[in-house]
Amino acid sequence: MATEETTPTTGLLGWIDQRFPLTKVWNEHLAQYYAPKNFNFWYFFGSLAMLVLVMQILTGVWLAMNYKPSAQDAFASVEYIMRDVDWGWLIRYLHSTGASAFFIVVYLHMFRGLMYGSYRKPRELLWIIGMLIYVAMMATAFFGYLLPWGQMSYWGAQVIVNLFASIPFGIGEPLSTWVRGDYVISDATLNRFFAFHFLFPFILAALVFVHIVALHKVGSNNPDGIEIKKGPKGNRWSPTAPADGIPFHPYYSVKDIAGVVVFMALFLAVVFFAPDFGGYFLEKPNFEPANPLKTPEHIAPVWYFTPFYAMLRAVPSFAGTQFWGVLVMGAALVILFFLPWLDRSSVKSIRYKGPVFKAAIAIFVISFVVLGYLGTQPATPIATLLAQIFTALYFLFFLLMPVYSKLDKTKPVPERVTP
Amino acid sequence: MSAEGVDLKKRRLLTAATSVVGAVGVGFALVPFVASMQPSAKAKALGAPAEADISKLEPGQMLRVKWRGQPVWVVHRTEQNLKDLESLTGELADPGSEMPQQPAYCKNPHRSRKPQFFIAVGICTHLGCSPTFRPDLAPADLGAAWKGGFFCPCHGSRFDLAGRVYKSVPAPTNLVVPPHRYLSDTLILIGDDGGAA
Repeated sequence: MATEETTPTTGLLGWIDQRFPLTKVWNEHLAQYYAPKNFNFWYFFGSLAMLVLVMQILTGVWLAMNYKPSAQDAFASVEYIMRDVDWGWLIRYLHSTGASAFFIVVYLHMFRGLMYGSYRKPRELLWIIGMLIYVAMMATAFFGYLLPWGQMSYWGAQVIVNLFASIPFGIGEPLSTWVRGDYVISDATLNRFFAFHFLFPFILAALVFVHIVALHKVGSNNPDGIEIKKGPKGNRWSPTAPADGIPFHPYYSVKDIAGVVVFMALFLAVVFFAPDFGGYFLEKPNFEPANPLKTPEHIAPVWYFTPFYAMLRAVPSFAGTQFWGVLVMGAALVILFFLPWLDRSSVKSIRYKGPVFKAAIAIFVISFVVLGYLGTQPATPIATLLAQIFTALYFLFFLLMPVYSKLDKTKPVPERVTP
Repeated sequence: MSAEGVDLKKRRLLTAATSVVGAVGVGFALVPFVASMQPSAKAKALGAPAEADISKLEPGQMLRVKWRGQPVWVVHRTEQNLKDLESLTGELADPGSEMPQQPAYCKNPHRSRKPQFFIAVGICTHLGCSPTFRPDLAPADLGAAWKGGFFCPCHGSRFDLAGRVYKSVPAPTNLVVPPHRYLSDTLILIGDDGGAA
C-alpha cells in the first residue's frame, strides 16, 4: 500500500489501527482526554445518565418482545409481562423506574451546569445540544406513558394532545387529529406512539454522541469554572497537556464506577421495594384499563412533567382561547436554551458569584420544586394562585439574569483549580 | 483536471439547480409519510354520522351517543330549564355564543335546532375530560344558585344546560354542538347536517 501510515502499534492492534483509528479514538477521548482534576460528586450524573439510557434501551427492547401495541391487547400484555413472563416483572419495573431515574439524574446534571456556569462561553452549543437531549427525552417519556393503556395513560395523552388543538388560526384542530391519526386517542394513536417510543431513544443516543463530541472539543468545565486549557501546561503524563488535567481513563472512569455502585443500590431499592413510589413513578389510575367514556377524578402527569403542567394550569384562558397557558409552558422550556446569553456575570462558577446570584438560584430551585408539587395536586384557587406566583418567579430568574448577574458582586477567581 | 476553460458561473448555476431539484424531491418524498399519519379510511368511516332515537327521552333526561369515539349528549330540557337559561346571562362567559362552537343554526339562546332538545359533544373544552350531567337544582356541592347543567370533575369547569361556560372557570369556551339534523321528529342524525352549516 502506497499510503500506508506507520502506527506506533503492532500486531492485531496495528493491523486495525492502519484501517480504523481505534487507538487514536481511545487516546483522544479516554486515555489522553485530560479532564480537570477537581471534579466533585456532581460530575457523576453525566455518566449515570448514559448508564440509564443504555438500561432503558435494553429493557425497552426486551419489553417489546412481549408487549402488544393495540388498544385491544396493550393493557393485558403488560399484565402478562408482569405475571406470566419469567423475570418480566423485573424488566418492566427496571424500565418504569428507569424513566423516573433518568429524569432525576438529568435534572441533577442540568443543575450542576447551572451552578458551575457550564453553559458559558465556549460551551454554549454543548448546553444547547444538552437541551435538545432533554426535549427528546420528554417526547420519549410522553410516548411511552401511553403504552400501558391505563386510565392515566389515556387521559394524560388526551390532555397533552389537546394542547396542540389550542393553537389558533385553524392549525390546532387538524394538527391534533394528525398527531392522533383519529378524532380521539385510539388504537391508531397507540400504535404510532409505540413506533415513536421505539425510534426516539436512538435519536437520543445520537444526540448524546454529539453532546460528547462537543464536550471533548471544548473540554470539561469544573467546580471552579476555570479553563484548564488556558492555565499552565505539563503534567505527569504529557508536557503539553494542561497542568490541572488528569486523564479521563483510568481516573474518572474508575470514579464513575463508584458512582454507579451507589446509584444502582438506590435505584434497585426502589425497583424492588417501591416500584410505584407511592403513586409518583406509576400512578394509581393507571392500574385500570383505559376507558374513553370515563375520565378519572384527578388527572396529573408523571412527576417529571408536573412543573410545566402547573404552569399550564396557572395561566387563565382569555380572549376565548387557552393557548396562553400552552405558550407559557413552551416558553419555560425555550428560555432555557438562551441561558448562555442571559448570564452576564464576569465569573462562571457559583463559588465566585455574589449573594444575589446565590439567592436567585435558590428561589429558582424552590419555584421548580413547588411547581412540581402543585402540578400533582388538584387545582384549587389557592393552588392556582401559588402556581401563578412561582411561575412568575421561574421566569424572573431568567429574564432578570442579564441585570442581576452583571450587578452582583463577585469574588476573585484563582489562577489554578482548587483541590 | 485543469481549471482552464471552466465556466465557474455556469458550474455554480448547475450546482444550485441540482440542489433545488433535490430539495423539491425531498419535499415530495415527505408527502406519503405525512399523509399516512392522517386518520385512515377506516377511522374516517368510524367517524360516520351516528343516529339518536329520542322517542323515549322524557323531559329532564339525557341520552349518550357515541360519535367518532366521543360521547355526544342529547338532553331533553323542561320548560323550567329553558326559562332558567335566560336568567343566567350575567354569569356566563359567552352567553350569546359568539365563539364558533356551534353550527350557525344553533347560534341562538338555547343553542339547538329545537328549543327543548340540546345536543353537544360531551368533552370539556378545557383539556378534554367528560363533564357530568347535573340537572339537580341547588345541590350542596355546586351551590344554591345552580340551575342545572354540566360539571367537569377534572378542573371544576361549569356549563349551563345549553353547554354555555360560566365565567372564571378553566374552560375557555362553550361546549361544542356537533352538526346534526332531524331525520324525523324522533330521530336525530349526529355528524351530518346535509351541508346546512
